[in-house]
Amino acid sequence: MNLAEGVQLVSLGLLSLTMIGAALGVVLIANVVYSAFLLGGTFISVAGIYLLLNGDFVATAQVLIYVGAVNVLILFAIMLVNKQQDFIPMPRSWVRKASTGVVCVGLFALLSTMVIATPWSLSPQPASAKGAIVEIGKHFFSDFLLPFELASILLLMALVGAVILARREFLPDEAATDLESVLTLPERPRELAGTSTPRSDG
Amino acid sequence: MQLQYFLILAAALFCIGIYGLINSRNAVRVLMSVELMLNAVNLNLMAFSSYLDSLAVKGQVFTVFVIAIAAAEAAVGLAIVLAIYRNRDTVDMEQFNLLKW
Repeated sequence: MNLAEGVQLVSLGLLSLTMIGAALGVVLIANVVYSAFLLGGTFISVAGIYLLLNGDFVATAQVLIYVGAVNVLILFAIMLVNKQQDFIPMPRSWVRKASTGVVCVGLFALLSTMVIATPWSLSPQPASAKGAIVEIGKHFFSDFLLPFELASILLLMALVGAVILARREFLPDEAATDLESVLTLPERPRELAGTSTPRSDG
Repeated sequence: MQLQYFLILAAALFCIGIYGLINSRNAVRVLMSVELMLNAVNLNLMAFSSYLDSLAVKGQVFTVFVIAIAAAEAAVGLAIVLAIYRNRDTVDMEQFNLLKW
């Protein structure tokens, strides 16, 4: 083992430790704000593992999109729905926790034995020296052109759909006259579905 | 540096994601668990692309597509969570039984 392989192995160990630890923190920590920040740590660790796998463009895209967009979006959603309430404890919730844990450990054991037992036909060629970004660009504009354009339409549909789902409902026929109603957002007062107490905050 | 290390790592991340998906009470944490599972799938794709298909890197192309669709899924999912929170005034998954019975 030369120096490069040793450095790669140590980096893989550190990155996998931080990735698994942060992912366990995302799932197990009670405060959801800490979970969101640990999710960003998980994404950055996964980006480091992509760098070990010769995927420099995908690692950059991972940091830009996941850490920069998705994680910030999740933090904004936590801020918007931040309600300090304790969930009502469910009876026999430990049954679900224990059975899910058993199923997850069993699935992990199954996948690990499959991975170890399978004889993989490894590619003999080394990776190209100029990086994978040229190859990715060629794929995008030759044989993956239709999915590439469909992805843009999907992103546009998701943008419009998210705006329509998350907007408030206005009352367009009532003109605001006094100063207080001009300065507040017009919103239709309505009963909460399923709960008897109306909202106190506007 | 073998292929098996990365595959086992991705399997562990996927199992953690499944555990969080089923056991979370907060709706935002459910979306975070879905993102963890998508990252595990991306890790598998990148490992196969690097070790089995190192010249024509089609796994990295698929990873970019999965990242784009995950971004759209996060935006729509969080918009749905906000709409449900406006209607029900809670983010508890146990009280979202509008379509149950």
